[in-house]
Amino acid sequence: MATADAAHHDEHHAHPTGILRWITTTNHKDIGTLYLLFSLTMFMVGGLMALVIRAELFQPGLQVVDPHFFNQMTTMHALVMIFGAVMPGFVGFANWMLPMMIGAPDMALPRLNNWSFWILPFAFTMLLSSLLTAGGGPASGWTLYAPLSIQGGMSVDMTIFAIHMMGVSSILGAINVIVTIFNMRAPGMTLLKMPLFVWTWLITAFLLIAVMPVLAGVVTMLLTDRHFDTAFFNPAGGGDPVMFQHIFWFFGHPEVYILILPAFGIISEIIPTFSRKPLFGYTTMVLATAGIAFLSFIVWAHHMFTVGMPLAGELFFMYSTMLIAVPTGVKVFNWVSTMWRGSLTFETPMLFAIAVVFLFTIGGFSGLMLAITPADFQYHDTYFVVAHFHYVLFSGSIMAMMGGAYYWLPKWTGHMYDEKLGKTHFWLNTIFFNITFFPQHFLGLAGMPRRIPDYALQFTEFNVISSIGAFGLGLSQLLFVYVVIKCVRGGEKASDEVWEQPRGLEWTVPSPAPYHTFETPPRVA
Amino acid sequence: MTAATQQPPANRRLIFRLVLAVFAMFGFGFALVPLYDVFCDITGLNGKTGVTDSRTVEATPIDKDRWVTVEFTGNAASGLPWEFRPTVAKMEVQPGALTRATYIARNTSNRTVVGRAIPSVTPGEAAAHFKKTECFCFTEQYLDAGETKEMTVQFVVEPDIPRSVNTITLSYAFFNTEKFVKQKKITAKQQDTKLEKTHPGKKS
Repeated sequence: MATADAAHHDEHHAHPTGILRWITTTNHKDIGTLYLLFSLTMFMVGGLMALVIRAELFQPGLQVVDPHFFNQMTTMHALVMIFGAVMPGFVGFANWMLPMMIGAPDMALPRLNNWSFWILPFAFTMLLSSLLTAGGGPASGWTLYAPLSIQGGMSVDMTIFAIHMMGVSSILGAINVIVTIFNMRAPGMTLLKMPLFVWTWLITAFLLIAVMPVLAGVVTMLLTDRHFDTAFFNPAGGGDPVMFQHIFWFFGHPEVYILILPAFGIISEIIPTFSRKPLFGYTTMVLATAGIAFLSFIVWAHHMFTVGMPLAGELFFMYSTMLIAVPTGVKVFNWVSTMWRGSLTFETPMLFAIAVVFLFTIGGFSGLMLAITPADFQYHDTYFVVAHFHYVLFSGSIMAMMGGAYYWLPKWTGHMYDEKLGKTHFWLNTIFFNITFFPQHFLGLAGMPRRIPDYALQFTEFNVISSIGAFGLGLSQLLFVYVVIKCVRGGEKASDEVWEQPRGLEWTVPSPAPYHTFETPPRVA
Repeated sequence: MTAATQQPPANRRLIFRLVLAVFAMFGFGFALVPLYDVFCDITGLNGKTGVTDSRTVEATPIDKDRWVTVEFTGNAASGLPWEFRPTVAKMEVQPGALTRATYIARNTSNRTVVGRAIPSVTPGEAAAHFKKTECFCFTEQYLDAGETKEMTVQFVVEPDIPRSVNTITLSYAFFNTEKFVKQKKITAKQQDTKLEKTHPGKKS
C-alpha cells in the first residue's frame, strides 16, 4: 500500500525538529495533537467572549460593554465555538483514534491532512482580526441573517472568507475520513465490527460533504449581494431574505448533528469500558446514527417557525423534528442498558460519559418542547433556546470531548492523568455548567430575549446566578488545562491496556502510542 | 496533484466521487434559489400575489352576498428618499369585483430616484386568490426631485377565496432599485418607454 510505504519511508529520514516538525508533519498523531491543541485554544478564546457576555448580563442596564460590541461577542462566541472548538476538536479525535481503531498505519491522505489543519489557523486569524476593523467584527449573530449581514461592514466579508476556509478544511478532513474508513481497514475489520466512534465519524463525514458546500454557497450569495449587485436576498431586485434562512438552515440542522454524532461515538466507547460489558445494541446504535443523519435533512424549518409558514409546513416540520427523538431515544436507552448490571467504576471519563447521557437528555427534551410549533412561537429567540443548545452542545459535545480526552490521554502520553484532579475538574465543570445554564430555561420561559445586552428587572436574579456560574465554569477549565499539561509532563506510567480489559485495537499498542502504529495490519478475528 | 496520482486506484475513485459530491452540493445550494421561487409561486406562499387580465375578471361572476375587507399599507424602505402611503386605509370589496385603489408617493430628495414596490399579501392563504390586472408594482417607478405621483393598483379578490378569510392586508415595501437599473440613464421622461423593459412583469 502506497501510504504504508510512505510512512515506512519517512522513518529512515531524520524528522524535522522544532516548529518545522509540526508544520510539515503528515503523521496522523501529530496532526491529531495539533487539532486538539487548536480546539482547546479556541475553546478558551470563545469562553472569554462568553464571559464578556455574562459580565454584561450580570446586572440589568448597560455597564461593561456597549451594545454593538455585545452583539459582536455573541456572534463571535458562536462562530469560534462551533467552527473553532467543537468541529476541529472532533477532527483531532478522529485523526488520533480512527487509524488506531481500524488498524491502519495512518490516514489515507496524509498530506491533505496536513493541509486541512493548517488552513484553520489562517481562517481564525482572519475571523478574529475582523474585530479590529473599523466598525468592529460581525454583529449579526452567527447565522448571518440577511438583510442585516448585507448591511454590515468589512468584517462580514472577512467572516465570509473565513467560513469558506473553514469549510474547505472540514470538507478535506471529511474526504480523508471516508477514504480511510472505506479503504484502510485491517483485514477482518468488517464495517459492522468497527468501533462506534468510527461509525459515527463516517456518518458525520458524509453530513459534512453534503452540507458544508451549501454553507459555502449561501455565504457566497451574501458576498455577491454585498458587492456585485446580485439580489438573492434583496427584494428590490426580486430576491427574498427568508430564502437565506431556508438555505442557511438546510446547512444548519445537519450541522448540529455534525457537532454531536462524534460525541455519541466517544461515549459509546467509554461506557462499555467502565461497565465491563460490550455496548448494548451495537447494530441499533449504527442504525440510529444513520437515522438521525437522514432526518437532519428534513427538519430545517423548525428553526424558523415564526417566519410565517403555512400550517401544513409547520405540521410537517414539527412531526419530522419530533421523529428525531426516536433514534436518539434508542441511543440513550442503549447507553443505559449497557450500564445495567455492569460492574461500574467511576473514573473521570465515565463520570463525564454519564453526565453527557443525563444532561444531553435534558437538552433533548427541551428540544422536543421547542419542536412544538405553537409553543415555539413563545420560546423562539428567548433564553430557553440558549439553554437548550448549551445543554446539547456543552454538556453533549464539549463534555464528551473532555471525557474522551481523559479516556485516551494515557494512551496518547503514556502517563495516567491525576485522577483526583480529573474528578475535581469534572464536578466543578458539571456543577457550574448547571448553575450557568439551568436558570436560563426559566429566563426564556419568562420571555427574556436572547442576543440583547439589557433586560427587564424581573430577570435579574436568574441572570446573576447564571453569570456567577459562567465565571466558575470558565475558571474550572483552567484546571482541565493544568491536568492535561501535568499528564503530558509525567505521572504514573500507563499500561498498554490502561483500563480494565477495554475493547478496541488502540489498546493493543504500547502506551504512549508509538509514532507509527499498525505498519503491519493486525488481523481482526 | 502529485499526491493524488500516487494513490491506489480504489482511493482515487473514491476521492473523485466525494469531490464530485462536494461540487454537486455546492450547485444544489444555488439550485435552491429557483426551486424556492417555483415552490412559492405554486403554493402562493410568501404573500406573492398573482396577475390576471380584465377579460377574465369580467367573465367571473361577482359574489354579491359576501364582503371582504381589504386593508392597505405601505412603506418606503431605508435608502429610498420617498414618502409613500395609501390614499385610503381600507375598503370593503365583493369577491369577483374589479376594484381600484391608489397610493401616493412623493420624492423628498432633490434628484430623480427609481424605486420598485414589492407587494405582500397576508394571510398567506389569501395571496393565491388576490389577483391584479394593473399595478404600479409591475414596473420600476421614476420620480423626479420633489415630484408627487398617484399610483394605481387594480385588483380582484377571487370568489373561491376561503370563507374563513374576512380581512386581507395588501402591503407594499418600496425599494430603491437604482443599482439594478443603473445601466440605463434615469430620467422621468423616459419612464413610459422603459416601463416594461426593465423587469418584465416578474413576480408582481
